[in-house]
Amino acid sequence: MIQRSLALFGGLFVLILVIGWVMGLPFTSSRLVEAAAYALIALGLNIQWGYGGLFNFGIMGFLMVGGAAVTFISFPVNPEFWGSDGPMMLGRALFAFAIGALIVLAARQAHRIGITGKWKGALTVLAWFVAYVLYRSQLDPAAAYIESAGGGWVGGLGAHPVLGWLFGGVLAAGIAYIVGKICLGLRTDYLAIATIGISEIIRALIKNMDWLTRGTLTVSPIPWPTPLPQDYQAGGMDIASSLIAARAGYLVLALVVLAIVMWLISRAYSGPWGRMMRAIRDNHIAASSMGKNVTARQLEIFVFGSVLMGIGGAMLVSFVQIFDPSSYQPINHTFLIWVMVIVGGAGNNWGALFGAVLLWLVWVVSEPLSKAVFDFVSYWSTNAGWGAIPEIEARSAQMRVFVLGLVITIALRFAPKGLIPEVVKREG
Amino acid sequence: MTEIIFFINQVVISGLVLGCIYALGAIGITLIFGILRFAHFAHSELMTGGAFIAFLLASAFAAWGIATPIPTGFVVLPLAMVLAAILALGIDKGFYAPLRKRGARPVTLLIASIGVTLMIQGLIRLFFGAGSYSFFENEPKEIFRIDTSAIGSTRPLVITEPQVLMIVVTLASVVALHFFLTRSRLGKAMRAMADNADLAQVSGINTALVVRVTWVIAGALACMAGTMLALDVTLKPDLAFNIILPIFAAAIVGGLGQAYGAIAGGLLIGFAETLAVFNWTMLFRPLNAILPDWLQLPAQLALVPTEYKLTVAFVILVVTLLVRPTGIFKGASS
Repeated sequence: MIQRSLALFGGLFVLILVIGWVMGLPFTSSRLVEAAAYALIALGLNIQWGYGGLFNFGIMGFLMVGGAAVTFISFPVNPEFWGSDGPMMLGRALFAFAIGALIVLAARQAHRIGITGKWKGALTVLAWFVAYVLYRSQLDPAAAYIESAGGGWVGGLGAHPVLGWLFGGVLAAGIAYIVGKICLGLRTDYLAIATIGISEIIRALIKNMDWLTRGTLTVSPIPWPTPLPQDYQAGGMDIASSLIAARAGYLVLALVVLAIVMWLISRAYSGPWGRMMRAIRDNHIAASSMGKNVTARQLEIFVFGSVLMGIGGAMLVSFVQIFDPSSYQPINHTFLIWVMVIVGGAGNNWGALFGAVLLWLVWVVSEPLSKAVFDFVSYWSTNAGWGAIPEIEARSAQMRVFVLGLVITIALRFAPKGLIPEVVKREG
Repeated sequence: MTEIIFFINQVVISGLVLGCIYALGAIGITLIFGILRFAHFAHSELMTGGAFIAFLLASAFAAWGIATPIPTGFVVLPLAMVLAAILALGIDKGFYAPLRKRGARPVTLLIASIGVTLMIQGLIRLFFGAGSYSFFENEPKEIFRIDTSAIGSTRPLVITEPQVLMIVVTLASVVALHFFLTRSRLGKAMRAMADNADLAQVSGINTALVVRVTWVIAGALACMAGTMLALDVTLKPDLAFNIILPIFAAAIVGGLGQAYGAIAGGLLIGFAETLAVFNWTMLFRPLNAILPDWLQLPAQLALVPTEYKLTVAFVILVVTLLVRPTGIFKGASS
């Protein structure tokens, strides 16, 4: 088993070297930073799916939450907003939200004053409606005001990006708690559909709340936690080596985060907590008969996994320096992660790590590779008198979706447990 | 009366059209879930693929110079449905049947269906690019404007020819499906297998045949839904990928495994989406004359802004899963 893992990681290293040699160091260093962030996200999914057997198909939503969080924390302050009536109006909207929440909570306690059954249901619906109208009546003017006169959007806080990453994790945890409370009672495929639905709701909100996230107008440039290439160039370095130096700095920071997370979750996996989680995953009825609180533990693991997704999403956004809500797609940000974990090996952290790096490289390389193949075929067909293939650029950009689908179907058919499968220890 | 005609144009017609498409897609999903017990995500690609098959056939018809009185898309629909059914059978044979034989869990099949989604989508984009196509490049899209001045309206009732045909075809296929499920031997076998697969097999039902029939019906209906959606709007590679979740919502709201529930769920989601973004001021504007000054209707009085239209389906989905996970028609429980 160890030998096989080492051989696979050795192969991956050779692949990285080949890509570095063919595509150049600046390209490869960027891809490696992204691969590190994706590895963090894949570890998050591995906790949820591999340890806990939870079917989270809403990864995209958590990545977006992380990205919005790091934008909010690390982007420079927008003085125009803070000097306007905007904060005051937002405060009123928050107050309306709180009152709405109180109304709903009160309606849910209606049985105490003797309203039960259908009447209570009707009252709850009515309370939700009143709360919604109340909140909208305060938020809509505030949003319209901020977007037109109050500085365009809220802006950031100007704090250090690493704080933004942490906040991304915290925010993702909060949302995961709510989502988990709502959905975790559902069976697997219902859970998958419900989480996809929730991630689409999150995407619609972030995309359209222009006053908070600037929506489709996008936010850039988001600061880096490490020195930028421009900083190195100011010190007299040439462009190519400044790119490499800056990205190497970012990569080191990302790898440090990754190593800490890896150490923590590996310890958790082999400890009593991890054993309990696997017991729940394999037979939750037996686990609950041993006195384990299955619902609470599953909620716990859902929140932990989502924290990593939030942090990973934040790292990606601060690396590319732009937060563009319309660039988030379920294929790139949910299904890709699933393929990473399944191909790598669900339940095994090294497998998830391996799958993340491998699949990210396959994902980014399949476009230039298929372009090369198309160019070759086109050259051949032109010589044979059949004419060239039209629109090679656009077509090869679509090839990676096909490659991703192919990889996952092959993996499910021939290596359903992944390339580095989970090691099942049998004690005693 | 102008306001009521506007309401019919904006809500009744478009909600009905949307609901028909959701219902046709949801029937396939619900049948597959009932028989094979997994959520088939690649259904969206069956819809898009079917629409592209119909588009190719229609283009071929146009190239041969065959002119038809109704839109060519509807003329080629039966042939396209047959091809789409064969495609669905092929996908099952190539991707799902080996996994089923191995005894894989429904979750694995769900992930496999996502893989199939990605592959078909990649192939469609490879051959057709990312642009959009129209069925009405060689023929006009007929629009009926029914004059309603007799009942005192200044606005005509607008409905396009594909929309009329779509509603008729959907009704016809739903009735046909109803008779198939309740009267024919195979239909009864399907319902028996959806109820209890093991018992059905023991009592001598050819389950392999039932599975094949399920794929044929699902593929044909998906092709029908996709083509009609493409006829109503435009044909693009992500035609159905964007509406697969509302379709799932329709299937779940109706109760997974319940064919009639899927129809009701589809119409419910379709109308909910259009009603939620409808600007109610347009309907109640005449009331402004009677209402006191402090209670005048605002210019915008929609439940949610237009950009959240698709979100409505997700909210209904999540609320259904929480409050009544079996759906309105008591489908498979969660």
